[in-house]
Amino acid sequence: MHSARRRRPTGAARVIFVLLCGWLTLLLLVPLAALVVTVARSFSAVVAALTAAEALDALLLSVSVAVACIVLNGIFGVTGALVLIRHRFRARRLLDALVDLPLALSPVMTGLGFLLLYGRSGALRPLLDAAGVQVAFAWPSVLLATLFVTLPFTLREVALVLEEIGDSAEQAAATLGATAWQTFWRVTLPDIRGGLVVGTTLTAARALGEFGAVLVVGGSVANRTQTATTFIHAAIEERQEAAAYGMALLLAATAIGLLFLLQRDRK
Amino acid sequence: MRKPPMHAGASARLSGDRLMQAGALGWAGLLVGLPVAALIVKGLAGGPAAFFAAVTEPAAVDALLLSIGTGLIAACVNAVVGTALAWALVRWDVPGRRLIGALVDLPLAIPTLVAGVLIIALCGPQTATGQILAGAGLPLAFGRGGIVLALLFVTLPFVVRAVEPVLEELDPAEEEAAFTMGAGQFRTLVRVLLPPILPAVAAGAVQTFARSVAEFGSLAAVSGNIPHRTLVAPVYILGEVEAGNPAGAASVSLVLLALALALQPLAAMLARRAGARRA
Repeated sequence: MHSARRRRPTGAARVIFVLLCGWLTLLLLVPLAALVVTVARSFSAVVAALTAAEALDALLLSVSVAVACIVLNGIFGVTGALVLIRHRFRARRLLDALVDLPLALSPVMTGLGFLLLYGRSGALRPLLDAAGVQVAFAWPSVLLATLFVTLPFTLREVALVLEEIGDSAEQAAATLGATAWQTFWRVTLPDIRGGLVVGTTLTAARALGEFGAVLVVGGSVANRTQTATTFIHAAIEERQEAAAYGMALLLAATAIGLLFLLQRDRK
Repeated sequence: MRKPPMHAGASARLSGDRLMQAGALGWAGLLVGLPVAALIVKGLAGGPAAFFAAVTEPAAVDALLLSIGTGLIAACVNAVVGTALAWALVRWDVPGRRLIGALVDLPLAIPTLVAGVLIIALCGPQTATGQILAGAGLPLAFGRGGIVLALLFVTLPFVVRAVEPVLEELDPAEEEAAFTMGAGQFRTLVRVLLPPILPAVAAGAVQTFARSVAEFGSLAAVSGNIPHRTLVAPVYILGEVEAGNPAGAASVSLVLLALALALQPLAAMLARRAGARRA
């Protein structure tokens, strides 16, 4: 690490630094400030819009889905990371490719893929109808789509840590007679906790912010499948600016809070 | 949760491993593999003629070209600005360095739709800024400029985070030596500094481009979605789904998917060459 030797910029470098700061300010801070000012100007209308039943239902759905994603991704992420990093088996590369696939898809395509499975003339529709389950345009579709887009985060963060720490401590525990389960709880889990926390934060941010996939497969039905983001979208289309800007500011503030946690955890 | 068995024993351990592998593969397969397979099947189900017709639809071609064009602009701008930002963060002793580092990560946390709303709040048609810009002939919101602006917002971290770790590994002594031996600033930059970080810059630029081509939320809010002018490919796909043409939507999706799958190994190769840890 050579980063201790930082120099004060001089001459042309100073000009470049000022330009960079201006760029960040114009691109990020000025739009954020514009949103804050817009909300502050119509504060009472924003409060009324955000305490309406539709807004509260949307928030509740977003938070519940995010929590479910955190838990399920925690379980799958740790299992998947252990399998990818510690095991050697034939389908390993397939699993590796599947885990990266969500990052390659536009959210709209994700939504369309689920619609083709669970939608009106979806491939799995006969099966679901027989079981009496509705997925598309009901809450399960919102959960499935959000699980899809958040799948890589926890797994990749935990895998990074697993790769870094190596398996010597686990081997030693096994040699000393610990069962696989004991090794996992006493040795592996404490070591990967950092990765798990970062992965969970990333999952939370992505889950709360997912828009395209849940719009396509959930349909943004008020009080039923509308999430915080699709609520904003609907409010924009209905020209209810207080609702749109208020919810957007709420999500932005949550994101900044999560980012703060992330910065602290990564230190 | 697949529990490994409570007793050790080699064979029991092996079956526990098998259970974990099957569980992970089954979960990823059902959750990710199945919908992607459905997309591919639907996109190709009509045969080559239907696929070709769907992707050569003039509105589809224009949407794809717009996505690729704006993505290339975002990648080029970020290659320069992102490298400079990484340089400033790693090499310079400047005030507010940690705040700048946090700002660079901000777009990773902010929901993409909210990024679009931010831009509308600043320069939407009803705002003072928007009217000034429109008067100056630069209508950012609902124009192509707004698309590029939104893309620059959401892709800001990629090049910075790709280049940063590589710069940190490089010994600044080499650059300083080049300076003291009389090489000019510019020659030092081109001969000494750029070669080792170029793969990382390229990896970040490829990532920026891939993300731009797939970007939906911010552009749905910002671009106005006028066919042939400001309708990007993902929003075009949504339009086809809403118009009751899932087959056409799936066909255009396959073009984007093919592009993304071609870029993924390229980005991975560049990142490996850069020697950077994956972000």
